[in-house]
Amino acid sequence: MITAASAGARRGPSVAYLGVHRGIIELKAFFRERDAVVFTFALPAVLLALLGAMISGVYEGSSVTSAQYLVPSMVAAGVASTTFVNLGISVAADRQDGTLKRLRGAPMPAAAYFLGKVIMVLVVTVAEVVVLFGIGVLMFDVTMPTDPSRWLTFAWVFVLGVTGCTFLGIAASSLASSERSAGAVMNLPYIALSLVSGIFYTPISALPEPLLTMGSLFPLKWMAQGFRSALLPDTILTQEVVMSWEHGRTAVILGAWCIGGLLLCRTTFRWRGRRDG
Amino acid sequence: MTESLAARVRGLRKRYRNIPAVDGIDLDIVTGEIFALLGPNGAGKTTTVEILEGYRRRDEGEVSVLGVDPQRAPRSWRYGIGIVSQDVADLSELTVGETVRHFARYYPDAGDPDQVIDSVGLSEKTRARVRTLSGGQRRRLDVAVGVIGNPKLLFLDEPTTGFDPGARRQFWSLIRSLAAERGTTVLLTTHYLDEAEALANRVAVVAAGKIVAAGDPATLGGRAGAEVTVSWDEDGARRTAHTSDPGPLVADLTSRHGGTVPGLTVTRQSLEDAYLTLIGRDR
Repeated sequence: MITAASAGARRGPSVAYLGVHRGIIELKAFFRERDAVVFTFALPAVLLALLGAMISGVYEGSSVTSAQYLVPSMVAAGVASTTFVNLGISVAADRQDGTLKRLRGAPMPAAAYFLGKVIMVLVVTVAEVVVLFGIGVLMFDVTMPTDPSRWLTFAWVFVLGVTGCTFLGIAASSLASSERSAGAVMNLPYIALSLVSGIFYTPISALPEPLLTMGSLFPLKWMAQGFRSALLPDTILTQEVVMSWEHGRTAVILGAWCIGGLLLCRTTFRWRGRRDG
Repeated sequence: MTESLAARVRGLRKRYRNIPAVDGIDLDIVTGEIFALLGPNGAGKTTTVEILEGYRRRDEGEVSVLGVDPQRAPRSWRYGIGIVSQDVADLSELTVGETVRHFARYYPDAGDPDQVIDSVGLSEKTRARVRTLSGGQRRRLDVAVGVIGNPKLLFLDEPTTGFDPGARRQFWSLIRSLAAERGTTVLLTTHYLDEAEALANRVAVVAAGKIVAAGDPATLGGRAGAEVTVSWDEDGARRTAHTSDPGPLVADLTSRHGGTVPGLTVTRQSLEDAYLTLIGRDR
């Protein structure tokens, strides 16, 4: 018979080690799953290519074309897709298909599961951003900024945006009653927020006031604005809602969503599906 | 004596919305045995096992699994147990080999993945995606994942539900050989009487959250001493008598009918009948 003490003496693998290997398994599963690749990874890229090809014109007072304006906004939407939508669906699927049940029965700390998800999300998101940048550069003549301070802006908006949307995705996964419904449950807020955050409908200042107010409550609008501030020349500021990139406010709102998202995660996360009591 | 027990349960109770699912269960599972919890769906088998596995919290009672209370068990406690749950359909895009190698990383002294895959008969499927496996192959993969950490106690929750007869027999011989080679204690739940009979050293029959009989599967419910039913036709009606000794009755009937007794049948209660009587489904 083993006792707790003698069992504890056998040192098991660390959380970091298990988390990294969870991440590898998650990435393999993600890129082998056709639905995941098509909907969460390819869709933002296809939308950018098509919407960018449909709209034309140059904004007054700047050299930015409508398609170039769309690129940083679609990068924000892409990040929301590969974090919020992707995690919401994959955690709901894990809950339904028994992954979470199996992992809970294995000697694996919950932290390693979440670390694995974060690694998966980061790799997929970086790949998404690279693809969207590629489309922007090749199709719409976007020039990548050379000023390091603009990349710094991009970096902090990216980190806060990814963190907040990751937590919100995990929290929202509990709303879906099954893997099948998860796609709908996650895509509805995603598409609605993309519309009211001035992603699909450009420029953002052309949105009606009530929709703009609604969009301003959520992180997507601020992430898109932050990315525009990093990638577009300041001459485009006339097309923003206010004549400023509002970096301070962006940081506060994205940061608040990170904290709120984490709290939501902690209060709503369930290991079990709704249907198995 | 607790040293020789893999699990000990006393007065276990669990209610869902005030309806008792487990209503006072006592169990002693001896190290090295295959123990079956047999009962119909909804009898409380899975709830009991899930409490022992540390998935659910109990309302009342004492539970000790490998000497530890599952509700307060550290992660290291899980190194000693293996779980094969019902209704898991995960891992579909990974291959058999990737899956077993991945789970081997969780344990400080895991078995060799290729050897374990071979022992469950899936060597030829090592490179196959899990979603392409048949139901029986999938469940054997679940067993491979369940035993990769060399557990002292293996839980099998209704492992052959939905199998065809051939696949069930194959699965049984797999479990028997694993248990014999490794000396693993197995706690099995099933609603199939023949499965309990084929695999278990000891059986406890569960109905409505209580244990209604326990012991050697072959003598379940006192079948050896059970009554015999004698039926025959007389005066255009079917007559039935229950007796522990049918000899004198049959002799009497034979002499009354002057030779052949019309429609005579003499039946001893089968194991299936004994089981159905125990769980209250015989009527």
